[in-house]
Amino acid sequence: MAFTSFADFLAMGGHAPYVWSAWGVTLFLLLASVWHARLERRQLIKGLKRRERRDQAHRATQQDTAARNAAAGGGHHDT
Amino acid sequence: MWAFIHKLGSPKWFYAISAKLQPWCWAVAALLIVAGTVWGLAFAPADYQQGNSFRIIYIHVPAAFLAQSAFISMASAGLVFMVWKIKVADMAATVMAPFGAAMTFVALFSGAVWGVPTWGTWWMWDARLTSMLILLFLYLGVIALRGAFSSRDSGSRAASVLAMVGVINIPIIKYSVDWWYTLHQPATFSVTSTPSMPMTMWLPLLVMVLGFYSFFIALTLMRTRSEILRREGSKRWVRELFQEAR
Amino acid sequence: MQEGSVLQGDTPPVRFDVQGARGGVSIALIATLRRDLTLMLRHRGEVLNPLVFFALVITLFPIGISPDPVLLTRIAPGLLWVAALLAALLSLDSLFRSDFDDGSLEQLLLAPQPLAALSLAKVAVHWLLTGLPLALMAPLLGIMLSLPAGSYAILSLSLALGSASLSLIGAIGAALTVGLARGGVLLSLLVLPLYIPVLIFGAGAVQAAIMGDGAGAHLAILGALLAASLALSPWAIAASLRISING
Repeated sequence: MAFTSFADFLAMGGHAPYVWSAWGVTLFLLLASVWHARLERRQLIKGLKRRERRDQAHRATQQDTAARNAAAGGGHHDT
Repeated sequence: MWAFIHKLGSPKWFYAISAKLQPWCWAVAALLIVAGTVWGLAFAPADYQQGNSFRIIYIHVPAAFLAQSAFISMASAGLVFMVWKIKVADMAATVMAPFGAAMTFVALFSGAVWGVPTWGTWWMWDARLTSMLILLFLYLGVIALRGAFSSRDSGSRAASVLAMVGVINIPIIKYSVDWWYTLHQPATFSVTSTPSMPMTMWLPLLVMVLGFYSFFIALTLMRTRSEILRREGSKRWVRELFQEAR
Repeated sequence: MQEGSVLQGDTPPVRFDVQGARGGVSIALIATLRRDLTLMLRHRGEVLNPLVFFALVITLFPIGISPDPVLLTRIAPGLLWVAALLAALLSLDSLFRSDFDDGSLEQLLLAPQPLAALSLAKVAVHWLLTGLPLALMAPLLGIMLSLPAGSYAILSLSLALGSASLSLIGAIGAALTVGLARGGVLLSLLVLPLYIPVLIFGAGAVQAAIMGDGAGAHLAILGALLAASLALSPWAIAASLRISING
């Protein structure tokens, strides 16, 4: 250990504002990068899932409509 | 081997392969950065001349290295995109730029802050800081240019050209600025070049440098994957990923 | 398209459709040079603008800093070089813009001759009517800034050499931004970092001449930068033009 006490560690021999501001900004930017990347991913996935659900619902109603038309149409074969 | 590299160019395969790599990169990055931080801040000795402000080196140097490496990676990815038309390369280049710019800022900020107890001033036009400042402008230019085009492909190609032009100029700029600085400041003390560092000082530095590089790789993988989702969202394989079971 | 007769015996058949790749390129180059020269000379205002800007900026500095000749002498080389550099930057926008607006740039892209060569011709004209006049005018402004004797020739020479590199490098930026709405501001951001090595050695040459050290090394490096720009820029300019037009 380069320091004799935790108070000494925080004081950094009088250079506390410099060391801590530099390290603080750096670690903040690193963490912010990760947080932003994860947020970005979450939002993209949310959007994709939502669209997929909408498309599936749309396809489902289309199939139902087609089935009903086929039943109602009886012998008529439309393509 | 070539088949593997070829596969990486396909967004679908890259997405799958990177999914496995990613957690390991994050784990390594976290481990190295935490270890390096504790070591550098608490265990490494203070410098005889500069005292504890010397500990800033443990972020300044890794950030500076990364700032330059990220630009070179970005330019290389741009080259791959322009020559072989591999879209994943452009996606990687897109995500590397903002982080590279952030690291350049960190290098500048930490260098400036370091200068206060060392030189008594908030800014010093020394060779390293001046080169970093110019590098920051180069990054901002690439990011701005990419975004200025209405067509994504045009923006990508323009940004690739600029990145390649920039990367050729970086050594020229460094050489010029180095020369300029030594001409105007004969007796220099460069904060960052302390060649005779005892092992107790450069080992934690090495750990931090490796940690930062791992972080860069992990972040690039993650954001490239997001970029793939963003750009390829309408493709079948992406849709299948997010289809719910009926 | 005419084809020569194959009945001419010993002489090979003459083809008039393509006068050999070499012939085609040099003809196109000369045509481009003449066209651009004519166009630029027609717009005298555009040619004079950078020179007026140069003079105005030099006027601003003593007003903004101090008229003290001793101080001005020390900073004159840098001031002259920075002002000339900014004037050159200002003139870049007009390099491709008018051709882009009226569609002749697209025609240039469609020409069979290599775009890199044609771009070089355009940049050469630009330098002839921008960089060279700046270099020739600089000594006059040097007098106003109390530039010490013995450095005036080096001032012009360094500016002439350096501004050629500035035109070449700047043309890359101009080509990249010609199709963009607010390309002007972006152009400065893209190009100024790349200008810095030329500035360092150009101003350094003048300072060395003042110190009596001899500017040979600086001028040599300026020459090397020019050689590198000549070799590499045309391809970058051509690629950038294609992106701007096709994009």
